[in-house]
Parts: sequence; C-alpha cells; structure tokens
Amino acid sequence: MAELKVIKTAAETALAQSFAQARARLPGDDVVAKERAAAFDVFVREGLPHRRVEDWKYTDLRALMREAKPLAAPPDAQAKARGKHAGALLDAGEAFRIVFVDGAFVPELSDTAVLEEGLSVTSLAAALAGDVGELTQHLGKLAPTSDVAVALNTAFMGDGAVIQVRAGAVIKKPLQLVFVASEKPTANFTRSLMLVGKGARVMLLESHEGPAGSAYQANAALEVFVGDEAHVDHVKVIGDGADALHISTLAAAVGARARFNTFSFVSGGAIVRNQLFLKFDGEGTVANIGGATLLKGRQHADTTLVANHVARGCQSREVFKSVLDDEAHGVFQGRIVVRPGAQQTDAKMMTRALLLSEQAEADSKPELEIFADDVQCGHGATAGAMDDELKFYLMARGIPAAEAEALLIQAFLGEAIESIEHAGMRETLNERVATWLRGRE
Amino acid sequence: MPLLEIKNLHVEIDGKEILKGLDLAVNAGEVHAIMGPNGSGKSTLAYVLAGKDGYEPTQGEVLFNGENMFDMEPDERAAAGLFLAFQYPLEIPGVATMTFLRTALNAQRKRRCEAELSTPDFLKRVREVAKKLNIEQDMLRRGVNVGFSGGEKKRNEVLQMALLEPKLAVLDETDSGLDIDALRIVSDGVNRLRGPGASFILITHYQRLLNYIVPDVVHVLSKGRIVRTGGKDLALELEARGYAEYQADEVAA
Repeated sequence: MAELKVIKTAAETALAQSFAQARARLPGDDVVAKERAAAFDVFVREGLPHRRVEDWKYTDLRALMREAKPLAAPPDAQAKARGKHAGALLDAGEAFRIVFVDGAFVPELSDTAVLEEGLSVTSLAAALAGDVGELTQHLGKLAPTSDVAVALNTAFMGDGAVIQVRAGAVIKKPLQLVFVASEKPTANFTRSLMLVGKGARVMLLESHEGPAGSAYQANAALEVFVGDEAHVDHVKVIGDGADALHISTLAAAVGARARFNTFSFVSGGAIVRNQLFLKFDGEGTVANIGGATLLKGRQHADTTLVANHVARGCQSREVFKSVLDDEAHGVFQGRIVVRPGAQQTDAKMMTRALLLSEQAEADSKPELEIFADDVQCGHGATAGAMDDELKFYLMARGIPAAEAEALLIQAFLGEAIESIEHAGMRETLNERVATWLRGRE
Repeated sequence: MPLLEIKNLHVEIDGKEILKGLDLAVNAGEVHAIMGPNGSGKSTLAYVLAGKDGYEPTQGEVLFNGENMFDMEPDERAAAGLFLAFQYPLEIPGVATMTFLRTALNAQRKRRCEAELSTPDFLKRVREVAKKLNIEQDMLRRGVNVGFSGGEKKRNEVLQMALLEPKLAVLDETDSGLDIDALRIVSDGVNRLRGPGASFILITHYQRLLNYIVPDVVHVLSKGRIVRTGGKDLALELEARGYAEYQADEVAA
C-alpha cells in the first residue's frame, strides 16, 4: 500500500527552515545536539498535531497555527525594559524573580545572586555551555518527545531556568519565573528544570505575559523532579497577550510521601495549550492538581492532563474549572492512569465549565485507565449555563444582575482556587478573577 | 396611599393563567395573611412581586409606594424596600454568608445613595441580629445556606430580612417545615420588626403561624383571586372548617 504523503503547511515548512538555520548555534554539546535532532525528527515525521491525533483532538494546531514565527533574537534594551515590571500579575514583589524576555534569561533583572541558602538557579543556556554531565541525567527525561509540542521544545530550547533545591532546604520565599514577550512577533522555546531534594520545600511561580497586538509564539516546558518527602507548590498564570500562541508543558515525577500541588490559571493568549504530565513514582504522595480558565472573545484554551499513578497509595485530586464567554472555546482532557503496582490509589478528577454565552463551547474528555484492582478512582464533568434561580435569589436581595453574576462566577471558580495552600496566592488569583470580571462589563 | 396596591392582576406561567384578577392593598405597618389551598396562586403572587423571570403579568398593575413595580428589576424592588423570604431558600456554595449579606446590604444602600456600612458596624449588626435568631457565628462563615437544615435556612431568611429592614416583607410559607421552637424564633424575629415602617404579607397554608404573628387582615386566595377578606378570626374559621368551600378545581403551581 502506498504511503500517504501529507503536504507540509507553511508553518511546518518555516519550522524546518528555522531549525536548519538555528541548529548550529543552539546551546549544548554533541549529546544535546543529537537529542535536538532526534526530537526534530519526531516533528518531521508527525507534522504539527491535528484533530485526528487523539490527544490534540480539540486543538488542531495544524489548522490553528497559520505560520511559524522566526526565532526571537536576544532582547535589546527596549525589550528588556518590559521585563522590569513584568510578573506582577502573579506576585507583587514577595518572590525571588528570574526573568526571561523573549525566551532569553536577563541576569540584570533576576535575583540569581541573592537566593536563600539551599536554592540555586542558573540559566539553561549557561548550564548547557558548561559541564552538562549531571544536567543531561535529568533534562528531557520527563517531558515526552512523542508529543510534538514537546519535541519542538526539545529541538529548539534556547534558554530557561535550571533550579536546584538542596535536600532538606526549606525555601521561605517563593521563586518566580517571569516570562515576558516583547512587541516583536517572534517564537521562543524555553525549557526549565527543577530538582527538589529529599524533604525540601519550595514554592515555584510561573507567569507568562506579553503585549496584545503581537502574534508571538511561546513554547515553555518545565520538568520537575520532586524528591521523597519534599513539598512543592507550583502556580502558573498564563496571561499572555490577546494575539499570542502559548504552549505550556509541565512534566513532573514525584517521589514517595511527598506533597505536590500545581495550579494553572489561564486567562490570556489567543490559542493556549496547557499540558501536564505527572507521574507518581513513590508511595504515599498527596497531590492537588487544579486549574481555572477564563476566556472571552474568540480565545481557545486547552488543558490536557495525564496523571500517571505508578506507585501504590498515592492520592490525587484534580479540579479544573472554566468560565467561557462570547465565542470562547475551552477544552479539558484529563486522563488518570493507574498502573498495576499502584494499589490503593485514590484519585478523583472533576471538571466543570460555566458557559456565559450561547456561542461559547466547552469540550471535556475525562478518562480513567485502571490496571490495579484495589483503587478508588472517579471522575466527573459538567458544562452548563449560569443558574438563574441563584441569580434571582441574589437579585431579590438587592444585588444588581452584573454583581450577582460576578459573585456566582467567583464562587464557581473558588472551588478550584481553594485547593491552593498558600493563602496569599489564593487572594492573588481571586483578584485576577475580579479583574477579569471587571473587563466583562 | 397604600404601601402596596395590586389592581386586577393577571399572571401567566408558560401561557397558563394562575392569577386571575387579584386585588390587594396593604397599608404601611399592616400585617396581612394570605391563606388558601394548594394551587391557589399563593407562591405565584410572591414571585411576581419579587420579579422572577417566567411569571408574566398580562393585565393589571402593582404599585409599590406609588411606583409601578413592573418597571423595576428584582434588585431595584429590593432596594425600594421589598423583601421576599423564600419558601425554599437556595444554597450558594462558595459565597460566604457574610459576603452575601454585606454585598446585598451595600448594594441596596448604594442604590438609595446611602454610605456603605463600615466593617465594624456591619459585623456588630449581624452579630446582634444573629444572636436573637439563635444563629451561630459558624453558620455565617459557611457558604450561604450550605449544609443548613430546613429550619436554619428559614432563620437565615429572617436574618437577612432583619438586616435589610424592608418596608414590605413577603414571607412565603416561612412556617413550613419548622418545629415549634424554630417557629417561635422566626415569629419573634418578625414581631420585633413589626411597626409603622414595616408591613408584612404572610403567605401560609396553616393557621398555626398566626398564633405567633397576629395579622391585621386575613385574605383567602382561591383560583387566582382573593375571595374573602376578614380579621384574624377568619384564620381560625379556616382552621376549623378547612378550604373545602374554596377548593380550586385545578391544580397549579
């Protein structure tokens, strides 16, 4: 049988050209170069993911991504200036900041030199330029290059943060990775890596933003190794400019008796794909995985989660909520996998969408794949309009319609946001919800 | 001028006429009881006054303080001084009772061009009222009505009423599902508010409530109309003789 040859799209052709031009100057030794080439081969073979690829069913990147932007040049002074005040959407000054402009680390805006004892951060570009021995033991070991978005990230990764938290270290201040795009509509690929030692505690914040009007393309991946008995809180805000394409990947492996919490807040970007690949490798770990997505206009955001229970006795809670207005399209795909050895897994996944307009669309695809026989797993998915009865009850007490809706939307998202342990962070995100609601009026 | 004046009110739900020419006038400071068999239109009257969607007035008018009620949104009616105590108060998970009370109170004050209540003043008032209604502080921290028993929900309605100080409160079967202690607490709450500036319409199926809140006027509602009006003795008569002579032919919401 003749093999079908798929015609390359303009974006696919441009990506191939970009790689051919850039591959020689991308950081890293021969080993890294080989990995880049292998990852790029995956892309060449598969092309951009499209709707017949099950994991990308609702986000047809081949159709949505009309063109591939040129790789970003190192930021100039004007571009760097954008980094100065960036990140406020997640933290107003409490955190250690590590700033990236158009995907490049900006040392003069970063707190690399003044971190707490037990915490170290270097840029990926610098790390790849040095002795990569230890780095390559971890880099690329969690993010699945079978996923084309990850493959492209591995092929093109230019910079990022390499974070180490020493065993037993309790880092008091949060660490924030601030990603900001300048006005230039370019593409950037960042890869970060965090190694958290046994019994350590750290809170990692991640913010992504950029100007409206610029159709930049950001592909950011983060790999996290959580040691036994460690406690990691991760909060990410995708607040990109209204015309941006944003692809985020979080890949984590969590050790035994650890606590791992991650929360994604998505309100920006024209097209967003937020993917999480989590693996519970050690016994007795507790994880809270949550997200809130608020979309309007013609925004499209896809959250795709794979929670892979490998070890026994872990508990995971997945709560994802989305509020969709105008013609927005929200997607949630969640898969809980329980491996044969993962007896006594307790995993519950819930996704709910609140549709504020007739034209908004929500797609949910929750899945359970269970290969063990002594587990408690469940999932639920709902999508619906605002509850008019509740709205009437509030209005009957004197609360105007818009305020009543705002209260109900906040309450709806509250259930997800409550899973965040850090009270200040809950407040920050509730404030972001309030800001979004003010923008609706 | 009566505080509330309903003239020849016809109301439809899904094209079906439920109120068929209802007339009622309530003066400031009066307590009226509206009694009637199931399906006579009691709850429809409550909802149409509060402005619920789907309760379509097709004829007649309702004047509240001389203003046409049908020109007002539900929140405007509330700010103008109307309060509906729901027969089945709703649970609102995620909205703390305190936030709810405060948002409601301040929204009403804002519309009346009054200053917002300061936090200490607000808390003090809520605590005072809650104490009289036997509502524990813990309940106020929870989501609105979440996990409340039927009686607690009804007490929470009276708490809201006491805090919002309406000119006219419509109590839709607030007595249903209450045990004798809860009934006494709720009635005390109403009696405390009673006065020249506060009128009440008590919608009830049973005379029992009227032992605790003695009405000035009692009406019998049947088949969408007020068919009889009398003093408090009328309630006793109804209790003794039942609604048989007023019984609706048709069953409706």
